[in-house]
Amino acid sequence: MWRDAVLVAGKDLRIEARSRVATNQVAPFALLVLVLFAFALDPDRGVLTRAAAGLFWVAVLLCALLAVQRAQTVEAGEGTADALRLSGLDPAGIFLGKAGAVAVQLLVLEVLLGLGLVVLYGVDLAGYPVLAATALAATLGLAAAGTLYGALASGSRVRETLLPLLLLPAVAPVLIAATRASEAALGTGGLDVAPGDWLALLGVFSVVYVAAGTVAFGPLMEEQ
Amino acid sequence: MTIATSTSDLGAAAPATGGSGAAPAGRGGGGPLTLSLGLAAVLALGATVGLGLTLPATVEQGEYSRLIAIHPGLAWASYVAVGVTALASALWLWPRSRSLRWDQVAGASAEIGVVFTALTLATGSIWGRPTWGVWWVWDARLTLSALMLALYLGYLALRRVPAPPDVRARRSALTALLAVAVVPLNHFAVTWWRTLHQGRSLAQLDPGNDLDGAFIGAMLLGFLAMTLVYAWLLVHRVRVARLEDEVEEAGLVRAIEERRREAVTA
Repeated sequence: MWRDAVLVAGKDLRIEARSRVATNQVAPFALLVLVLFAFALDPDRGVLTRAAAGLFWVAVLLCALLAVQRAQTVEAGEGTADALRLSGLDPAGIFLGKAGAVAVQLLVLEVLLGLGLVVLYGVDLAGYPVLAATALAATLGLAAAGTLYGALASGSRVRETLLPLLLLPAVAPVLIAATRASEAALGTGGLDVAPGDWLALLGVFSVVYVAAGTVAFGPLMEEQ
Repeated sequence: MTIATSTSDLGAAAPATGGSGAAPAGRGGGGPLTLSLGLAAVLALGATVGLGLTLPATVEQGEYSRLIAIHPGLAWASYVAVGVTALASALWLWPRSRSLRWDQVAGASAEIGVVFTALTLATGSIWGRPTWGVWWVWDARLTLSALMLALYLGYLALRRVPAPPDVRARRSALTALLAVAVVPLNHFAVTWWRTLHQGRSLAQLDPGNDLDGAFIGAMLLGFLAMTLVYAWLLVHRVRVARLEDEVEEAGLVRAIEERRREAVTA
């Protein structure tokens, strides 16, 4: 299963590296979102710095939607789904591989967005061990949930509009928990917020969705 | 393509079967059991409305306190509906009890659940505006209800995607179970979020301590009425779902026959 996962993740990441969709389109989009937030919230009033954690995770969510759709589009080509099914790869491995590839792309984007926060919003990246742990746990959950809902919505003509409706309410706990944990690390949370509980919630979310995806991906692949 | 043509027939075909009177009970129309359930639901709803309107207006909330007769009942029924959806989805996924009937029950229950959740939010807002001064507060329970509404709207959207019945059933059942898994996560996230930042805004409005007996009676009757209404709607919606599937299948068979005939004449 793990070998298959590494194979699938390697394949997806190679496709992304060669097609350059992630670097040429998704990454500029992410930075553009940061700029749009600055237009919407007056940047001189300190609002951006205070809201940086939340804006960061909203931007990550939007990018996750794009990354998941991209991961599904790669498999939507003529006969690709059949080829994947006939390849003899473990469906659980395929799920873990696709989720892993999305997670790697999101982590790279998060580093980029983090730099954007420092440069554009004047955020001081204090408490980075907590930030890194938050990013890791939240990204794992986002990638797993995204890949699972992406598979649920795939194969329909309305998948571009269906995926956000399915995914966004489901990942609401990730947005809340990751934002609060990041605020605690950055010291912008106002009150004393313990990041430990939020990290635990992110961890539980990731475990639930990784487990659900590992079990459910097989039946989902058979149907199409 | 055939699916599209057959769904367009639905509107015409379904009422025709129901109105003909020749169809057997429980298929074209409801049976005597369904009828008595419907009568009980209408009676209980009527009694709830009557009792709610005769409640005295309270000092703080004025006329709006009457909403206690329907609002908690609606919320309760929406939870029942979501629970039934989860149960029916699990029964579909369980190989020994797999039957398209469970899929129809899950879909029907989710539809009614969405309507009841929306009504819960609407009645809550109508009460909140004069009492709290705002239509909406970011209270844990309100936020959770709104998220639940969004989750099940997504579930219903997924059900509408054209697909063979068993494919649709599998996807929907998985989504419904995932939605149930998300509810406790949402609950913790939203509760910690709101309690860490501000105290429970509803705590001082908690009606438990000095609630009048008449209000409790109206509220309990509301629970009963909404549960009966839910059950009645569910029975009928499942029946319509079955008819929809039948019409779709008949349309498919007819379309195939027409194509065959074209091939023969050509």
